[in-house]
Amino acid sequence: MKFAVIVFPGSNCDIDMLKAVEDTVGQPVDYVWHTATDLSAYDAILVPGGFSYGDYLRCGAIAQFAPVMSEIRKAAEQGKFVLGVCNGFQILTEAGLLPGALIRNKSLKFRCHPVDLRVENTKTAFTNGYEHGDLIRIPIAHGEGNFYCDDETLAKLQANEQIVFRYAGDNPNGSVDDIAGICNEEGNVVGMMPHPERAVSELLGSADGAGMFKSVLNAWRERNGAASVR
Amino acid sequence: MKATVYVTIKENVLDPQGNAVQGSLHTMGFDEVGKVRIGKYMELDLDTNDRAHAEERIKAMCEKLLANTVIEDYRFELEG
Repeated sequence: MKFAVIVFPGSNCDIDMLKAVEDTVGQPVDYVWHTATDLSAYDAILVPGGFSYGDYLRCGAIAQFAPVMSEIRKAAEQGKFVLGVCNGFQILTEAGLLPGALIRNKSLKFRCHPVDLRVENTKTAFTNGYEHGDLIRIPIAHGEGNFYCDDETLAKLQANEQIVFRYAGDNPNGSVDDIAGICNEEGNVVGMMPHPERAVSELLGSADGAGMFKSVLNAWRERNGAASVR
Repeated sequence: MKATVYVTIKENVLDPQGNAVQGSLHTMGFDEVGKVRIGKYMELDLDTNDRAHAEERIKAMCEKLLANTVIEDYRFELEG
């Protein structure tokens, strides 16, 4: 299975993301520059955190028009696995690949600390290795992670089981329905504010994020008929 | 031709920045201040004299990039 980590000017979690893939599942993984026009070689596309294009205008607003985005859109339509973390989540919502928007934290503060998440949906490609209701500890680091959508969209997210993670304790940013992460209707595109790539070893304080990388490898193996690994 | 674009946060979307500024103004004694909402003001120079065309183009710019219509409203004025 081949992973791509997309790098925009201003991405700063790309190295962590690449190392997380190497350390958790040991599969081939490349950095792919935002100007790339062909992602056909990749099975999973990871859009990392950071401050793409300096967060100018809105977080992710400029990045959504980078050349690589039409390829990501194509990959998502083909059913390939796409994960956006933090700024990557903001980019996927701006690009319309996921519903809603991320606005300024209610506290106006940049929050950078571990949070407890409840796994709400284990049917997605990135969460099939967890149990429903699992509590996992993953760090957040954002100033604009307050997920907002209108009531109609929220009802749809709930009805389609598109809410993947909720904040289990204190909601750190004021998001609607304590949402920390969502997926598209098909479950192959996931976006989340917390950083699973920063929680892949007990040395980092938690290894709870490793399950996301193992999950997507399992999803890929299941799809391709290879033996699944835990 | 000059376009002025105003982007504002939708009425039902929380504006934490506006709330903080409101609180600060109250602390300073400006008790008459009710709600504060913070938005964006943009000036664009357009290389065209065709008003109808400019209007159409600015609208497309707003819809595609300048505003995120999930959380923001926009309006614009054309001059010259």
